[in-house]
Amino acid sequence: MRELDVREITAAVARLCCDACYYLPEDLLARFKECQKVEESPLGQEILGTIIENAELAKAKDVPLCQDTGLAVVFLEIGQEVHFTGGALEAAVHTGVAEGYTNGYLRKSSVDDPLFERKNTQDNTPAIIHTRLVPGDKVKITIAPKGCGSENMGAMKMLKPADGVEGVINFVLETVRNAGPNPCPPVTVGVGIGGNMERCAELAKYSLTRPIGEHNKDERYAKLEAELLERINKTGIGPAGLGGTTTAAAVNIEYAPTHIGALPMAVNLNCHAARRASTVL
Amino acid sequence: MSEAQIKHITTPLTADTIKNLRAGDVVRITGPVYTARDAAHKRMTEALAAGKPLPFDINGQVVYYVGPSPTKPGEVVGSAGPTTSGRMDKYTPALIEKGMRGMIGKGSRSKEVIDACVKYGAVYFVAVGGAAAVISQSIKGEEMIAYEDLGPEAIRRYEVEDFPAIVCIDAEGNDFYKVGIAKYRKE
Repeated sequence: MRELDVREITAAVARLCCDACYYLPEDLLARFKECQKVEESPLGQEILGTIIENAELAKAKDVPLCQDTGLAVVFLEIGQEVHFTGGALEAAVHTGVAEGYTNGYLRKSSVDDPLFERKNTQDNTPAIIHTRLVPGDKVKITIAPKGCGSENMGAMKMLKPADGVEGVINFVLETVRNAGPNPCPPVTVGVGIGGNMERCAELAKYSLTRPIGEHNKDERYAKLEAELLERINKTGIGPAGLGGTTTAAAVNIEYAPTHIGALPMAVNLNCHAARRASTVL
Repeated sequence: MSEAQIKHITTPLTADTIKNLRAGDVVRITGPVYTARDAAHKRMTEALAAGKPLPFDINGQVVYYVGPSPTKPGEVVGSAGPTTSGRMDKYTPALIEKGMRGMIGKGSRSKEVIDACVKYGAVYFVAVGGAAAVISQSIKGEEMIAYEDLGPEAIRRYEVEDFPAIVCIDAEGNDFYKVGIAKYRKE
């Protein structure tokens, strides 16, 4: 048993909120530089240049890459040997988000109820927390803030098992085409397949925390990721959706076992300012 | 992009300026622009419905769809890139009818908005979404105009200098998203 004071969680969450919103992941920045060399549209090349310049400027000035610093999505992988002390874990995460967003000059975009008053909570809480218990005595925290420009363009569908691989490909392409310029391409396409309705949506979001250049460990799914990336880049949507051959930077698939009669899937698009930051305590 | 390919324009927009803008033109905008997004549009529309005046003279003006991040000490504004314009589509034709002549945002617009651009001679510019740190460099001044209680959604007047944008919908109704995507589609 290892004791961990939740104040350490609060401090780490606050720092990760700022890191994620200020610094574009290096692997993604490198991918955009590669894309710029092969982008066929001159305007598309120009826009990729602006995206690269933006990442460098935000990093140099410690300011948000994008004004929409999103809802704070927090993935906690908690070693089962950890005993939290000093307070409630979830409250510590929310406090960390409030501190990070307030002290880091990040925009507070959370409203208290979705339908009636929609009153801003003023500190970007509550965070959306996904928790997994894992072996060990460490806690991994990943923060993936996401704006609504891209989140609003996600979709999920309960396919029939008979729809198979072709059905999955068609739904991904349909979702990307329908989204067009709105999710701020080049996007990262997160795809969750299997499980049930809520599991596939969570898998799609979780897949977006994967570094660029890593692929699904199952060769069949890795091959499908490559095929989808190629086909998405033929849609013509391009950087900022103004036409071009760089529509997506990556396609990440996560899958889970499912029911004999089901093939649920979800597609979660991430904008080019694909924010994520992690630490292990 | 060479300097020769860039059109420099000033706001408020005149009919002459609008006439010379074509979908796909790369522009740099200098002058005042007014910020407004979802909640401010809702309030302006309610004001019009109640027969009350808008909080600023909208004739010839450009409205920028943005909800900036908070301003760090020593900066003029926070990060201030465009938000998705489609959410304002419902409110837009009425504002164009009242004299608004330009909009800056990102993403597709409805047929009703395009029709209003043609009918009254207005243009829709897009800026690169997510490039908010770069875009903020062209914002040189900020003044609170109305609805301060809305925080990032309040109406502000920005003085912009060489604000980078692209003409997406021109006053003839051409939509550059459609043209640009069709040109590079390979499926």
